[in-house]
Amino acid sequence: MTWLRHLFLPAASSVKAEDVDDLFMFIMWLNILFMILITGLIVLFVARYRRKSAAQKTAHIEHNTALELSWSILPLILSMVVFFWGFNSYMQATVAPDGAMEIQVTAKKWIWTFGYPDGSVGVGKLWVPVNKPIRMIMHSEDVLHAFYVPAFRVKADVLPNRYTEVWFQATEVGDYVIPCAEYCGKGHSQMRAYVKVVSQKDYENFLEKGDPDEIGKPPAELGAILYTNFGCSTCHSIDGTRGQGPSWKGIYGAQHKMTDGKLFTVDENYIRTSILQPQQMVVEGFQGIMPSYQGQVRERHLTALIAYIKSLK
Amino acid sequence: MSDVITSPAAQAAHTPHHADYLEDPDFKGIWAWMTTIDHKRLGVMYLWATLAAFLAGGVMALIVRLELMHPGEDFMTAERYNQAFTLHGAIMVFMFIIPAIPAALGNFFLPLMLGAKDVAFPRLNLASFWVYVAGAIMAVTSIVVGGVDTGWTFYTPYSTTTNGAVTMMTLSVFVLGFSSIFTGINFVATVHKLRAPGMGWFQMPLFVWAIYPTAIIQVLATPVLGITMVLLVMERAFNIGIFDAQIGGDPVLFQHFFWFYSHPAVYIMILPGMAIISEIIPTFCRRVIFGYRLIALSSVAIALIGFLVWGHHMFTSGQSALAAGIFSFLTFAVAIPSAIKVFNWLSTMYKASISLRTPMLYAISFLFLFGIGGLTGIFLGALSVDIHLHDTYFVVAHFHYVMMGGTVIAYLGGLHYWWPKMFGRMYNETVARVCCGLVFIGFNATFLPQFIMGSQGMPRRYYTYLDQFQPLHQFSTFGSWILGAGIAIAVINLTVALRGPKNAPENPWGGTTLEWQTQSPPITHNFIGQPTIDHEPYDYRTFKIPADAVD
Ligand code: HEC
Ligand SMILES: [Cu+2]
Ligand SMILES: [Cu+2]
Repeated sequence: MTWLRHLFLPAASSVKAEDVDDLFMFIMWLNILFMILITGLIVLFVARYRRKSAAQKTAHIEHNTALELSWSILPLILSMVVFFWGFNSYMQATVAPDGAMEIQVTAKKWIWTFGYPDGSVGVGKLWVPVNKPIRMIMHSEDVLHAFYVPAFRVKADVLPNRYTEVWFQATEVGDYVIPCAEYCGKGHSQMRAYVKVVSQKDYENFLEKGDPDEIGKPPAELGAILYTNFGCSTCHSIDGTRGQGPSWKGIYGAQHKMTDGKLFTVDENYIRTSILQPQQMVVEGFQGIMPSYQGQVRERHLTALIAYIKSLK
Repeated sequence: MSDVITSPAAQAAHTPHHADYLEDPDFKGIWAWMTTIDHKRLGVMYLWATLAAFLAGGVMALIVRLELMHPGEDFMTAERYNQAFTLHGAIMVFMFIIPAIPAALGNFFLPLMLGAKDVAFPRLNLASFWVYVAGAIMAVTSIVVGGVDTGWTFYTPYSTTTNGAVTMMTLSVFVLGFSSIFTGINFVATVHKLRAPGMGWFQMPLFVWAIYPTAIIQVLATPVLGITMVLLVMERAFNIGIFDAQIGGDPVLFQHFFWFYSHPAVYIMILPGMAIISEIIPTFCRRVIFGYRLIALSSVAIALIGFLVWGHHMFTSGQSALAAGIFSFLTFAVAIPSAIKVFNWLSTMYKASISLRTPMLYAISFLFLFGIGGLTGIFLGALSVDIHLHDTYFVVAHFHYVMMGGTVIAYLGGLHYWWPKMFGRMYNETVARVCCGLVFIGFNATFLPQFIMGSQGMPRRYYTYLDQFQPLHQFSTFGSWILGAGIAIAVINLTVALRGPKNAPENPWGGTTLEWQTQSPPITHNFIGQPTIDHEPYDYRTFKIPADAVD
């Protein structure tokens, strides 16, 4: 019956996922059994006792203590089994093992930022070594968000006033989606990051040299990658359609009016300030909702993004 | 035993010469309707008002589903989409499903079933209706003046910081709450004080036995919602830090307050559905209901334990593991009474004389759909599994199976059951049955795929989504069309019947409860003389099925 499991659950890719899935399937079978029972009884009774004449005799059975006890106690027992199983696996998944690697997660509308133990910071992509316990310490800079990795079966709300945690240990190298699971406004459905689970060696490589996807690329091409990784795509289009922010198509060299009436030419410096201190110049007709990327982007990222915007004629 | 039917009062009601409440010559014209204190007229006005809300909420639902046909923009922006699903939820919950059954059918039938002339406080009943209308107007205003994009749960700090007419909308919920409290107070007093002579607690119909705990929850829980909404407005309007962390508040506190009402409110929504099913099944089985007392008392148990499980909406909110454990445990405890009911209803079909008229078809579809709704709740009560499923489409599917597959299906069943009594007209049976089938198919087509999407990791309240989910989303959208068509035609079928002649007999289905012992539609004072009771409800041993009952 693995097809049923595959129909409902994505491939289990963390150490705790298997146990969650087993419980899921146990409950699934309970569901199926009880639905067969209910449907079966309905069909049986309707077939047998369908009214054939107005005079059809009916039984006067007010109740039956034994039966009623049995269908009170049996569900009680079954639900207690499910309760303890669920509680147990929840407890195990709550406390991270000692020595787990710690990652600082910052959520804000609508980007995920990850801080690594060596002090480096990444946006939109979380690099972790396979088979190592990872503990995420999370907080939000604005409203509620929720960190969710379906493949790992973990989820926790991210709050503005205190830290929440989840931990996981990935068992399979690969890319896994992190969809934001707590409604946070316009960009909620696009507040998407990825966990990149790699071998220990690749992970060390990443820490030392940076993201291999980004290395050795011409700036404009790298900019195109960062455009989605950093979540710029949530608000900016590249085809001229207006999103929550202005489209980037053909803006380089144009004159833009700000809310305070000043005119600016979109050049390297303007773009740089737009990314690092977006509140300084807010384009007329838009709200100042763009998050600051100060401290999250490196110099080469800025160069790449500027080159990319330039290339969008 | 059957002396209710042969009593002089009932005999007199047989003679169809009394003007019914719809055309009472003493109460003619619009003004008489608007100021009426007759529970039946108020029930009818509530019926049309809540149906209008249902229409509005339903159109929103269809819009939301249509937008989800493809990932990305189909025809509306993310902003509009967020407003659309917020309105769908808020309208359906606060303006339709909470008031619908108690205020429309409850108002109409509770006094009739008790053998009373009216509810205990008829003027309060009238106030309840106009307060509802005021609240509804405020909700509509909030849509017009800026829209609301918070989701029906108004979670902070999003709701205290977003633009739009959130203040107006939350005030409207505050006002609607009073309407609900008034109805609740009225029903509690009515059940305590106005039962017919001879009707002890355990001679009350099960409809009453479910509406009564509902009314108690309405009175006890709704104030908490009201207070929460006021706090939210204070924070928005005067920057008083209660929920927003930026100004010293705690956003999770809001969730506790909100769910302290809104979980019991789930029972305000489902108990009345169960109330209807407990009437339809014995009538169309023509035998005594199985386990009367257990069904009656399980409603009370649900209402009581229901106050202690709110934290199961917050398993991922960072609450302590101990709290999570306790809430999970109690959640399983509250599930048992519902399971008991389902088996009692099923057993009532044993050795029965089952008629598959429309109301019974709805009752059967209720058993099936509510079964799925209840059973899938087990996934969500189990802590570790809920962590994965929380805030995904799995939850969306689950509560639609309970609220729509349960309550709305029961409501449709109830409308078809009591329509002849309320308006004195029979509807087209064939059309009604076909619609019941359409609703069943459309409903499952819409929501079954959502279970799969959810457990595969599709979060709720998503404007756009990963391509992998598209086939299921599309399937769900097609289903919503069938569902929408089924409900629309069913309601039209009922409405069209109103233009026909008053052809309904006094007791078309052979029901045993008191509302069937007066003419259809009832006279303004319900009964001629005071009906009395000397037997348990649903006792068919000596009950004479009237000759004009349909089969
Ligand atoms: C939350 C939505 C959002 C995100 C994410 C976002 N921006 Fe913006 N951005 C805006 C808005 C709104 C404006 C216009 C108001 C302003 O100037 O602050 C803007 C303006 C800009 C401008 C000036 C555009 C013009 O036409 O003058 C640039 C350049 C820019 N953003 C770059 C970026 C880059 C690069 C990223 C990703 C690293 C990014 N933005 C991410 C919302 C966003
Ligand atoms: Cu979000
Ligand atoms: Cu709940």
